[in-house]
Amino acid sequence: MASKQQLSAIKGSKVLMVGAGGIGCELLKTLALSGFPDIHIIDMDTIEVSNLNRQFLFRQSHVGQSKAKVARDAVLKFRPDISITSYHANVKDHEFNVDFFKQFNVVLNGLDNLDARRHVNRLCLAACVPLVESGTTGFLGQVTVHVKGRTECYECQPKPAPKTYPVCTITSTPSKFVHCVVWAKDLLFAKLFGDKNQENDLNVHSKDGSSSSKHAEDVFERQEEENIEQYGKRIYDHVFGYNIELALSNEETWRNRNKPRPIYVKDVFSSELASQNGNLDKSSNGDTPSLSAMASLGLKNPQDLWSLKENSKVFLEALKLFFSKREKEIGNLSFDKDDQLAVEFVTAAANIRASSFGIPLHSLFEAKGIAGNIVHAVATTNAVIAGLIVIEAIKVLQHDIKNYRMTYCLEHPSRKMLLMPVEPFEPNKSCYVCSETPLDLEINTHCSKLRDVVDKIVKAKLGMNLPMIMHGPALLYEVGDDLGEAEVANYAANLEKVLSELPAPVMGGTILTVEDLQQELKCSINIKHREEFDEEKEPDGMVLSGWTQPRAAEKNGKTAVDSEVSTSSASEAVPLETEDDDDLQIIPTITGKKRKLSDISNETKNKRKAEELDSKNDVVMLDDENSDMSKKKRQQ
Amino acid sequence: MDGEELTEHETALYDRQIRVWGADAQRRLSKSHILVSGLKGTVIEFCKNIVLAGVGSVTLNDDRVVTEELLAANFLIPHDENVYAGKSLAELCCHSLKDFNPMVRVSVQKGDLSSFSVDFIEKFDAVVVSCCSLSTKKLVNEKCRKVSKRIAFYTVDCRDSCGEIFVDLQNYVYSKKEDAEMIECRLEYSSFEEAIAIPWRSLPRRVSKLYLAMRVIERFEELESRNPGDTSIADLPNVQKLRKELCEAHSLSESMIPDALLERLLASTTEFPPVCAIIGGVLGQEVIKAISGKGDPLKNFFFFDSMDGKGIIEDISKVKAEG
Repeated sequence: MASKQQLSAIKGSKVLMVGAGGIGCELLKTLALSGFPDIHIIDMDTIEVSNLNRQFLFRQSHVGQSKAKVARDAVLKFRPDISITSYHANVKDHEFNVDFFKQFNVVLNGLDNLDARRHVNRLCLAACVPLVESGTTGFLGQVTVHVKGRTECYECQPKPAPKTYPVCTITSTPSKFVHCVVWAKDLLFAKLFGDKNQENDLNVHSKDGSSSSKHAEDVFERQEEENIEQYGKRIYDHVFGYNIELALSNEETWRNRNKPRPIYVKDVFSSELASQNGNLDKSSNGDTPSLSAMASLGLKNPQDLWSLKENSKVFLEALKLFFSKREKEIGNLSFDKDDQLAVEFVTAAANIRASSFGIPLHSLFEAKGIAGNIVHAVATTNAVIAGLIVIEAIKVLQHDIKNYRMTYCLEHPSRKMLLMPVEPFEPNKSCYVCSETPLDLEINTHCSKLRDVVDKIVKAKLGMNLPMIMHGPALLYEVGDDLGEAEVANYAANLEKVLSELPAPVMGGTILTVEDLQQELKCSINIKHREEFDEEKEPDGMVLSGWTQPRAAEKNGKTAVDSEVSTSSASEAVPLETEDDDDLQIIPTITGKKRKLSDISNETKNKRKAEELDSKNDVVMLDDENSDMSKKKRQQ
Repeated sequence: MDGEELTEHETALYDRQIRVWGADAQRRLSKSHILVSGLKGTVIEFCKNIVLAGVGSVTLNDDRVVTEELLAANFLIPHDENVYAGKSLAELCCHSLKDFNPMVRVSVQKGDLSSFSVDFIEKFDAVVVSCCSLSTKKLVNEKCRKVSKRIAFYTVDCRDSCGEIFVDLQNYVYSKKEDAEMIECRLEYSSFEEAIAIPWRSLPRRVSKLYLAMRVIERFEELESRNPGDTSIADLPNVQKLRKELCEAHSLSESMIPDALLERLLASTTEFPPVCAIIGGVLGQEVIKAISGKGDPLKNFFFFDSMDGKGIIEDISKVKAEG
C-alpha cells in the first residue's frame, strides 16, 4: 500500500504518457488504480488485431480506432473520477513543444521506436521534466529514470543503430535469409509495385557497371500483348535466372564464395504445362474477401516450410493477383506487413533467392516477422514493466533521488534475481545531447553534398526533425512553415551543392552548428576533410564521431549492484543473451569510472549493464532514412 | 481450440506471443484448465494475463461480497454499487474477464476452497490460491499431489508493497535448447508443507528476509485463527513475541526478521497496484511456462519488495537441504 506521503505526492501530480500500446495499456491501468488523478496520453496509432493479445483495454470491435482514445474510455469505466486526456497524434507534432512538456511532473514513455524516444528525451531535457523510459521484447524488459543534470539522459549511452546491410550484399552476395528478405522487399517488390521513378538497385551488380539503365527499365515493364502469366514468368526468369547468370559471369566475386545457381521457371515446373498454374486457382471469381495466393493454392499453414516449387507457385500466383485484382494500387504500393498478399510475395521471392544461394528457406510466419520488423511480445512482461514504471514515477514525484533505480527484467535469473535494480549513472560528459559536446565529422567536402549531411547525419544519426544548419553567422539550411519562396529556393539549391562550394564554403576545420528548435537541441560539428572511404565499412561516405560512452576503465574486479552489498572480489555480469544475429541482443557493456548517483562512497564501481533493449529499430532492414537504396523522403 | 491446428483467428490474435513461445506451446495453452481462488488485485492481474494468453478455461473461486477494500486494486469491477451489489467477487470478475478473450471459458465455482474434492481438483492443470489460511494451502497442495496427473500448484500473497509466490511442479521434466542441442531437464519440487518445514538454519545464508517474515505472520494468523490478511499494527507486540519464539526454536538471530519489515506487512491490508502488476505478471509467466512446457520455471519461491526493487528467486526445497 502506498504511504501517506506517496499518496499525497500522487494526488497532486500531472503525468504524461507517451504510447498507448503494450506497455501503455498496462501503465494507464496501473496509474489509475494507484490514484493518479490527471493523466495525459499521446499515441498516433490505431488498433490492430495483433495488438489484442496484450493490449487488453482494446476489443475486437475497436480495431481501427485510436489507441489513446479507446484506452482512456476503458480506464474511465473503472475509475470514472480521474482525468485522462487523450491525443491521437504524433508526439513529434508541433503542439507538443517544450511548454507543453513543462506542465507535467514526470513523463512516462511506452514507445516502440528509437526516433520518438530520442525526441521525447530532448524535450524532457529542454523542459527539465524527469523521464521514465522503458522497453520490452518477449520476456525481457527494463525501466530507466532520466533526470536532467543528475542522471544520464536517454542518449548518454549510444543506442544501437538500426541494422543496415551493404548494398552489394543485398544485390549480389547474400549469405543470410534476411538479405534475401531485404532484396525481395526493398528491391523486387518496390520495383514491381512501388514508385517507378524511385531509384532502385535491382539490376546493379557489384563492380559491374555494364548494365545500361535504359535496358533495365524496359525489362520490368509489362509488354502490350503480354498476359499476366507470361509477364510473371518472364520476371521470374529475369531475376532468378538471367540476373544470376550475369552475376556469375563476374568470376572475381565468387572466388571465395559459394556460387549461386540460376533458377528458371522451366526448371521448377519441368514437364508441367506452364499454364497449369492458372488452373489451380481455387477461388474462381474475384470475390475472395482477402486476396491470397496461399488461399488460391490451398496452402493453409503459415508456419509450413514451402518447397522451391511451392514458393515459385506462390510467387507467380501473388504477382498475378496483384496485377489482375489490385491493378490500381500498382505504382503506389509500399510493403505493409499486414498486407497478406505482399507478405506472401516477399516470402516466396526471398525463398527462391535463398534457394539459389544455398541459404535455408523460411516459413511465411518467419519471413513476415523479418520483413515486418515484428517485435515478439507478451502481456506479462508489459505488466511487470508497467508496475516498475509506476514505482519509479512515485519516487520521482517525491524527489526521492537516492532511490531512483534502473530495473532490468531478465529471462534467466542473475544471482537469484529476475528483477535487477541498478543505480542510475551520472550524466555522460561527452553526450552531445545533454552535455553540449561537439562532434567530429569526417567527410569528403569536395564530393559530398549538403543534402547528404542533412539526411544521413543531422536527421538520421542526430535525430533532429526540423534542423537548422549554420556556418558561423551564415544560415545554410533550415525548414519551417514561415519561410519565403526565395529562402526555400535558396536552401533547396544549397542542398545540392557540395560542401566546399556552399555560399559559406564548408571545408576541413569548419565548425557547423546544427540546431532543432523544437527539441531545443543545439550541437557543434567539427568538419574534417577526408578523401577516401571504405565502400563496405563506410557506405555513407562519412564518419561521425566524438560521441563516446564513458571510457571503459580497467576491470578492477569489483562489482556491486547496490550499496548494501559489500564489494566482493567476484565480478559477475548480467548474463549474455545470445540470439541469432538478426535478433535483438543484450550486450553487456563494461562501464567504468561511473559515479553512483548518491555518491556515498568514492569507490569506482565496475558495472556490467545490460544494454538497452529497443524495439523495431534494432532489427530494421535498410531503413528508408538511412539507406542508400531508397531516396524516399520520410514524411513528417 | 478443438482439433489440432490453431484457427486462423487464433494465429492472427496470438501472432506476437507465438513468436515468443511457438505454436505448439500455444496449442497446449489452449487446452489447459486453471483453477484460481482468492480474487484480490494480484490474482486479478494474473487472471487477466492467462486469459489474454489463451488458456482453455479459467475457474474462479471467491464468494466474498465486494467491499471498497477489495475493489482497491481491481480494474475489472466498476465502482458502482448498482453493478456490484449482491454479487460475489468471482461472479463480477468472471463477467469482465470473458471480455478480454472470448475464446477462453471463464466460469465460477462457489464454495469453500478447502472443501473441494480431489475429483474436482483433478480437472485442472494448474491451481493458484491466494488469501487462504496456511492449513488450506497445505490441504489443496496435497490434493494436487494425490492425483496421478501432474497439477501445478501455486500460492501468491501480497502485503504492503511486497509479494511472495510459491511454486510446486512436483517432478517436472521439460526440454530446452542449449547450444543448438535439445537437452532434458528434471526438477524436483517440494510441497508447501515440506518447504516451510525446512529448518531456518539450513536455509541459504542470505535468504530473503521476506520469506522469514511471511512465515512468522502466517503462523501468527494460524495461531490466532485470523482470516488471511486480517492483521494490523496493533498485532506487532504479539508478532514480535512469536518471532522470538520461532527464532529461538530455529537458532536464528531475530535480526534476520527486522521490525520495520514486520510493521509494513502487518499494517497494510490494501494492496499496492504496481506490485500487483509485477507479481501478477511473474505468476502469469510461470503458469504459462508450466503449461506449455517451455522455459525454465522458477524454483520455488519468488519475492519482490518495492523498497529495494529486487525480484528474487529462493530455492527452499527439501532435496536441497538434505543434499
